[in-house]
Amino acid sequence: MEFRSQLGRVRGLGASHEGAHHFWVQRVTGVALVPLLLWFVFAATSMVGADLETFKTWVGTHYNPVLLILLILAMFHHAQLGLQVIIEDYVHSEAIKITSLILTKFAVVLIGVCAIFAVIRMTFGS
Amino acid sequence: MVEFTLPANSKITEGKTFKATGGGNIKSFRVYRWDPDSGETPRIDTFEVDLDKCGPMVLDALIKIKNEIDPTLTFRRSCREGVCGSCSFNIDGTNTLACTKAIDEIKGDVKVYPLPHMPVIKDLVPDLNVPYAQYRSIEPWLQADTQAPTTERLQSPEERDKLDGLWECILCFCCQTSCPSYWWNGDRYLGPAVLLQAYRWIADSRDEATGKRLDDLDDPYRLFRCHTIMNCTNTCPKGLNPGRAIAEIKKALVQRR
Ligand code: SF4
Ligand code: SF4
Ligand code: FES
Repeated sequence: MEFRSQLGRVRGLGASHEGAHHFWVQRVTGVALVPLLLWFVFAATSMVGADLETFKTWVGTHYNPVLLILLILAMFHHAQLGLQVIIEDYVHSEAIKITSLILTKFAVVLIGVCAIFAVIRMTFGS
Repeated sequence: MVEFTLPANSKITEGKTFKATGGGNIKSFRVYRWDPDSGETPRIDTFEVDLDKCGPMVLDALIKIKNEIDPTLTFRRSCREGVCGSCSFNIDGTNTLACTKAIDEIKGDVKVYPLPHMPVIKDLVPDLNVPYAQYRSIEPWLQADTQAPTTERLQSPEERDKLDGLWECILCFCCQTSCPSYWWNGDRYLGPAVLLQAYRWIADSRDEATGKRLDDLDDPYRLFRCHTIMNCTNTCPKGLNPGRAIAEIKKALVQRR
């Protein structure tokens, strides 16, 4: 039984003052991904059929490792923000929501750091 | 909230059919019925109406049905000219006002359901207490600290223009209940109608509480559940654009960062 007024329920715990930040970073990473992805797709298609050595050399050449790391950072940050929105939209059990938010964050950071590490390794040799 | 099992009273059965007597220009109205006291699940009743003896709008037919066929049919209506916002239903698959929806715009049977995803009180009457409380929560009145002038608070024509497309909202909640984000998270997401109203005060040059209003909206649930799906704008029977109003609020929040 709950006698709490509708207004009290709607006001709830108040506004978290965080929504705009998430929204803005999602847009900024989205915009950054446009040129980065164009560059990467263009480069990758020009290497279709090349062997591993050619690819490794390409990764370590000129500004390529820098752009690759930027691409990885923007892509995984953007992906994490998007996954967060989907979870907040559809998962309504608080416990499952928080667990899945933390797990997706961990997973994205893990895969992202692995990818960056791979770029560094290909650049400086192992 | 997304649910994969159906909540109580979701199964709709075939109800009674009220045949027209004496022919004429017959149109069938398939109307959602649910009586909380009956203990039965909802049903769809079919009413045959002679359009030659009925006004042109869906509301005319509903009133005719209530007057002449089944007085227990329950629905809200008041102004019958699109200004009170009472007679909003899901008609022919779209939320709209029965009093401004012409019957001859609808091909085949006219299906009339309550506004989607709201608890039903009876037949076509939804429980709107939550959206009303949400409306109240945005403090829909002018707030100013500057001492009130002895005459009106003045606005230039340009300042007044900013309220066009906002003041016309009649709070029918057609947009609110058409929004998937509101269906899934209506307990925390304020919804398009309430956000359009919030923007109406943010855009008002006479209001001095803009910053506080924005503070109260800066929340992943209250405002940012809107994913620009635009159902709201497509369905508004007054031709307003809640989607744009929400985008303007987001813009203002980014601008002041
Ligand atoms: S914006 Fe349109 S649909 Fe939404 S409540 Fe106002 S008048 Fe109704
Ligand atoms: S634009 Fe926003 S408010 Fe309108 S239907 Fe889409 S999600 Fe809902
Ligand atoms: S009866 Fe008032 S809007 Fe339809």
